[in-house]
Amino acid sequence: MLQEKLQDVFNEPGCATNQAKSDKERKKGCSKALKPGAAAGGCAYDGAMIVLQPIADAAHLVHGPIACLGNSWDSRGTKSSGSQLYRTGFTTDLSELDIVHGGEKKLYRAIREVVQQYDPPAVFVYQTCVPAMIGDDIEAVCKFAAKKLGKPVIPVMAPGFVGSKNLGNKMAGEALLDHVIGTVEPEVTTPTDICIVGEYNLAGELWLVKPLLDEIGIRILSCISGDGRYNEVAQAHRARLTMVVCSQALVNIGRKMQERWGIPYFEGSFYGVSDMSDTLRTMARMLVERGADKAILDRTEGVIAREESRVWRRLEPYKPRFDGKRVLLFTGGVKSWSMVTALEGAGLTIAGTSTKKSTKEDKERIKKMKGEEFHQWDDLKPRDIYKMLKDSEADIMMSGGRSQFIALKAKVPWLDLNQERHHAYAGYDGIVNLCEEIDKTLSNPIWRQVRLPAPWDGKPGEA
Amino acid sequence: MGTLQRFPHSAKAASTNPLKMSQPLGAALAYLGVDRCMPLFHGSQGCTAFGLVLLVRHFREAIPLQTTAMDQVSTILGGYDNLEQAIRTIAERNKPALIGVATTGVTETKGEDMGGQYNSFRQRNPMLADLKLVFANTPDFAGGFEDGFSAAVTGIVEEVVQPAAATVKGQVNVLAGCHLSPGDVEELRDVIESFGLTPIFLPDLSLSMSGRQPDDFTATSLGGVTVEQIAAMGASEATLVIGEHMKVAAAALELKTDVRSIFFDRLTGLEASDRLVRTLSDLSGRPVPARLRRQRETLVDAMLDGHFFFSRKRIAVALEPDLLYAVTSFLADLGAEVIAAVSPTQAAVLEKLRAATVMVGDHSDVETLAREADLIVSNSHGRMGAARIGVPLHRMGLPMFDRLSAGLKVSVGYRGSRELLCEIGNLFLSREMDHDEHGPAAEDHDGHDKGHHCGGGSCGCSAG
Repeated sequence: MLQEKLQDVFNEPGCATNQAKSDKERKKGCSKALKPGAAAGGCAYDGAMIVLQPIADAAHLVHGPIACLGNSWDSRGTKSSGSQLYRTGFTTDLSELDIVHGGEKKLYRAIREVVQQYDPPAVFVYQTCVPAMIGDDIEAVCKFAAKKLGKPVIPVMAPGFVGSKNLGNKMAGEALLDHVIGTVEPEVTTPTDICIVGEYNLAGELWLVKPLLDEIGIRILSCISGDGRYNEVAQAHRARLTMVVCSQALVNIGRKMQERWGIPYFEGSFYGVSDMSDTLRTMARMLVERGADKAILDRTEGVIAREESRVWRRLEPYKPRFDGKRVLLFTGGVKSWSMVTALEGAGLTIAGTSTKKSTKEDKERIKKMKGEEFHQWDDLKPRDIYKMLKDSEADIMMSGGRSQFIALKAKVPWLDLNQERHHAYAGYDGIVNLCEEIDKTLSNPIWRQVRLPAPWDGKPGEA
Repeated sequence: MGTLQRFPHSAKAASTNPLKMSQPLGAALAYLGVDRCMPLFHGSQGCTAFGLVLLVRHFREAIPLQTTAMDQVSTILGGYDNLEQAIRTIAERNKPALIGVATTGVTETKGEDMGGQYNSFRQRNPMLADLKLVFANTPDFAGGFEDGFSAAVTGIVEEVVQPAAATVKGQVNVLAGCHLSPGDVEELRDVIESFGLTPIFLPDLSLSMSGRQPDDFTATSLGGVTVEQIAAMGASEATLVIGEHMKVAAAALELKTDVRSIFFDRLTGLEASDRLVRTLSDLSGRPVPARLRRQRETLVDAMLDGHFFFSRKRIAVALEPDLLYAVTSFLADLGAEVIAAVSPTQAAVLEKLRAATVMVGDHSDVETLAREADLIVSNSHGRMGAARIGVPLHRMGLPMFDRLSAGLKVSVGYRGSRELLCEIGNLFLSREMDHDEHGPAAEDHDGHDKGHHCGGGSCGCSAG
């Protein structure tokens, strides 16, 4: 069953990369083969948690030995405006005896305890490697528990060893499509209801975008899954339009919602000035095409004009400060590239980028924007990055947390662009936040000091 | 490890806000205290990614940690090929002195025969004969962090230590348990060296996890005890064994080398530190240096100044077993009442705890047991529960991701004991001062005797 689901996910017609492959290649799946001893990154279970855990009022119960939750809980920066239940870590903490006897009964008891003690609107149960190996039928347990306890109990079938984080994102999407979306009817609907997919409200980013949508008159009926509530996610099928944010990971939700309920979807981004404006325009246009009041078009243009002029005005003071500063951009996908225009607009020079996680189209797009000579590295080893920074080929590196210490140990400014970050960079205000963060770190006086030689290394008088 | 007594375990089927971390993670930390080492998890790549993130958040350092990247097929068919490929790849790319393998739930459920795989690897890869290889059995579904740390240290002893013909005068081994931070190890080095002794720490986190500034990029651990030093542990005069969970490694070391062990159940507190100093003085035949004598006076003084704030304070402590023992014992030494001691796993040391309630549980159990407490001592994960019940939290142990320099905290010896005493004492003190300053006005002080409340006026506020 799991295998069928995986094949279904690998066969995603909504994914351009996938459609460019031959049948044989497609069957192998999208995850690149991992090289033992030289692999990095999270597993499928990790990916599934990233997508679903932001559903804040649900309980998230991990069925597995302690490593899966015990080593990972309380580490993600997704924010909720209400219920904080999603931050409580629940696990069956499988022991040796559970593995001998099977973990199904313990899982049922755990679900019952969570329901009785916390009364959440739903429980998500995450499958992990060990119970998958010993054959715990968690789908059956969830079904039984749901019936017995009168609450939705959703099995998430993404044990770590089936593949990468990205695959886990998709499997989480499948769990929502199979068990959640379409199970609750909203009390009221409006012609401007939308569903946002793949936005996790990291550092509260959604809250930089939502006021603009409110002003235009677009209602977020459900967000999958930033600042999410179970019932809102369950009524996503009544949205008039779906926006898919992180295109590669969750395009399956957008496409299947179109298939099942005829909801059109588009891929958009909240990062960067022009992408943000494009997103707002597309949203309004597509809603009007589906019968929403045309007035939102004008309101959208009004908001865009005001916000754009405001953002460029606010970026102006950074220009002289950023003049000649070179950025090394190490992060996959389009997300960061949406920001490039804005960063360049603020006076920064992009010195190069890695394209490890980028698709062919991404690379073409970058080439088009930056010209043939622009540095794009496919697989840069940490040692090479360190050397480039040491040789001062850039003034600042922007990347995910994993390469943080490559930059810091080379004594070069660094800024977090990935999910662990503490600052919100989405929307128009987000770009200003980003420039402020860059400026703060670039202008910090420590850089000169930490590069000084120790008294015993420098020439006399120098230190 | 055989446990004589089983302590009540939380009866819940759903462990809620876990205190426990897995065995492989503990093993990884032990391996990180060896110079030019690469820890390797034999499991799915997620096992490694989570462990890596946790250690990075705690130490704020790059953490070398690799994976055999087991997928569904290799999990079913057996993981030897992945393991061999991983070791070869790491050996070729990173040129480590030691690769420390830790099994996970995935490979242990399958029941991979690690002893057999070790032999196969050695037979098939004679060109890597110089590479030290430690295979530790660390299933995620049994034991916890401390057990994994212990298994890895024992494995290192068995693989690397050599018996020696002659003893090197003044050389002592220290088996440093995972309850010692890199800062603690650094402190112990200072203390031991001040007697003219030369310590070899296994593992030595103070040289690898304390914020090194490398001249060049390294993919393996940078600093730590070298393989050569570990091999030479057989030539030491004695082995100081710190913590109950180091006893298995100590036995392995004794068996291999005949170096005698001296066991310390803890190094936090006046009497515990006295015992260490007396032992070192005896070993070295030297008098106690003036600096340590001054440090002892300062600790005694801090106990005199601080005891007001500790007397009868109700404290709940939730930490890994040996750290739990050291901290609860020290708090009891200062007149506080440990109302609850929560351990993530069963361990022999729990029998020695002085606490009203001892249990194996999680942070939600702490939240229940600590409702009436004046303080909770636990890792950073304890902060949400502590906030919910309005009890202050003093952070100790791992992970501690919301404090800078988490790895450099010192709580051993005279100096470390004083620091711990003052940090916790200051929490009580500031709470009492806040209460006085922001509480109801003096006339409707709801019966509180101000002098009594501020600990006999020693904070100075009775003068006002």
